[in-house]
Amino acid sequence: MTAFFHHFMYDFRVGLRNKSLLLLNYLFPVGVYVIIGLLMTGLNPDFAPTMIPAMILVAIMSCTLLGLPNPIVESRNSGVYRSFRINGVPASSIVIIPMLTSFLHIFLVSAFITFSAGPFFKASMPTHWGYFIMILILAAFNMASIGLLIGVVAPNTNAIPLFSQSIFLPAMMLGGLMIPSSLLPPTLYRISLLLPTTHAMNAWRGMAFGMTTTYAPAWGLLVLLLSGMIAFVLAIYLFAWDPKNRRRGQYPWLAALALLPFVISAILLPV
Amino acid sequence: MSDEVVVIRDFHKSYAGAPAVAGVSFTVQRGEIFGLLGPNGAGKTTTLECLEGLREPTSGSLNIMGIDPTRSPNRLRDLIGVQLQSSGLPGSMTPREAMQFFCAYHGVAPRHDLLERLGLGEKVNAQFSSLSTGQQRRLSLALAIAHNPQVVMLDEPTAGLDVGSRVELHDLMREMQAGGTTIILATHDMAEAAKMADRVAILLKGKIAAAGTPTQLTAKGSGLVKISVSSEDNVLTKTTQALPAVAQQILKDEYVIYYSQDAGETVPAIFDMLKAQGDHLVDLRVERPSLEDRFLEITQPSQTNGGER
Repeated sequence: MTAFFHHFMYDFRVGLRNKSLLLLNYLFPVGVYVIIGLLMTGLNPDFAPTMIPAMILVAIMSCTLLGLPNPIVESRNSGVYRSFRINGVPASSIVIIPMLTSFLHIFLVSAFITFSAGPFFKASMPTHWGYFIMILILAAFNMASIGLLIGVVAPNTNAIPLFSQSIFLPAMMLGGLMIPSSLLPPTLYRISLLLPTTHAMNAWRGMAFGMTTTYAPAWGLLVLLLSGMIAFVLAIYLFAWDPKNRRRGQYPWLAALALLPFVISAILLPV
Repeated sequence: MSDEVVVIRDFHKSYAGAPAVAGVSFTVQRGEIFGLLGPNGAGKTTTLECLEGLREPTSGSLNIMGIDPTRSPNRLRDLIGVQLQSSGLPGSMTPREAMQFFCAYHGVAPRHDLLERLGLGEKVNAQFSSLSTGQQRRLSLALAIAHNPQVVMLDEPTAGLDVGSRVELHDLMREMQAGGTTIILATHDMAEAAKMADRVAILLKGKIAAAGTPTQLTAKGSGLVKISVSSEDNVLTKTTQALPAVAQQILKDEYVIYYSQDAGETVPAIFDMLKAQGDHLVDLRVERPSLEDRFLEITQPSQTNGGER
């Protein structure tokens, strides 16, 4: 337990000490929050009711999809994990601890957004805090698992943006952050169901903010949970200690299984 | 309990069908310093990495204190200490954090005194990426031995170290050996192997080309003694007269170098020749064959005694 604690504290400190991670964990999401808050609340008054969850999702994506994979790939390819292995650091710690420290960074930024958005931008507060926090945890778990999986299967740092941005950019445009997914044309709406942010926003709107939703929020939560669990298990299964010794690394396509719940939701959920 | 701490039998390792190690067998005794020598690509690091459980052998058996590193690598973690050839630590980790981190996983108190002893006292809060190569190597060594392992594997431990650090490392190795620690040392440094190792094995193209104590290995060589002579008028460079017991003769700068089968015959003949020609001796050195000479005989047989190395 002491080792786990030392590892956790070290990893958390790195999230503040490393300039790239500090940018992705705090500066970028807070910067986006301030800019979007200033612009969108003036341009679109309907944005205020969902501003808090939308900005929290930006923070989650920045910390997980953009921030998590790089250190994993760098550590594996530079021999850090080999050092860890010969000193008895278990693979599960290497996968779980970055996820837990990401949660901590996400919760800190989320708390800042949640408690400042009301006074500064007249954003609506959640009507049901329990659901609000539950969906926050579930969305963070889902995207942290996907971020870990990207780090595990990406062969080098150049490949990371290919995977990360294929979720981050569509999520920013179609994922219900700036405009409700229900306003999208049917084809784009169908595509938006492939994104975790669509399901998280739908669940937040219905369960935490008492707004109307296009489908039952529980389905979205189930999709987030299943996809997160598949991604997490695959991240541990496909984890390699070093780039030359990938016992299971020849099957990176297995990672696509994490997207299966989203694909099924896009096929089955009503438009 | 057997005194054989490390037992390797008919060990083979191939990468994509290309053999890196082909049938290596050796044992290492408790408290022994065992040198693993060989040119680049000979299979030293592959052998160590399979012993450490980082790679799986293609065939054969490897065993450390009764534990198969392939099947039970986790049982070995607290028993062995490893300094890898390339020091891999996160760039933002400080030596103090690294010591706490790894000692916590080994379940022992952090040995900050080792950092002091290895000259890292002023760098305990510096990030790993800001340390020099030598400092990174010393930190890697401190981490390898901090949990008092019974077997320590050092892969090129003195690469990048200055003279003072090298001496400190050798002192530390002797202390560990006195405490019963077994050390496997993979090195390119023949002088270090000759000085530190109780026994050595020379790996060549994945096989053991020679093994034994450094003294035994050098004795098994050609046995030619190197005699270097320099004189005021350099008459030795001009004479064609053969000297007794000389197998080969070369010129290097101001010196004539003889490789002699019997220095007792050759040296007096050199004095006689100088006296007869009216020349005066400036310098004369008689050197027994070193482990490096023997190593080169084995690894580069065509070049042995074929020129100054």
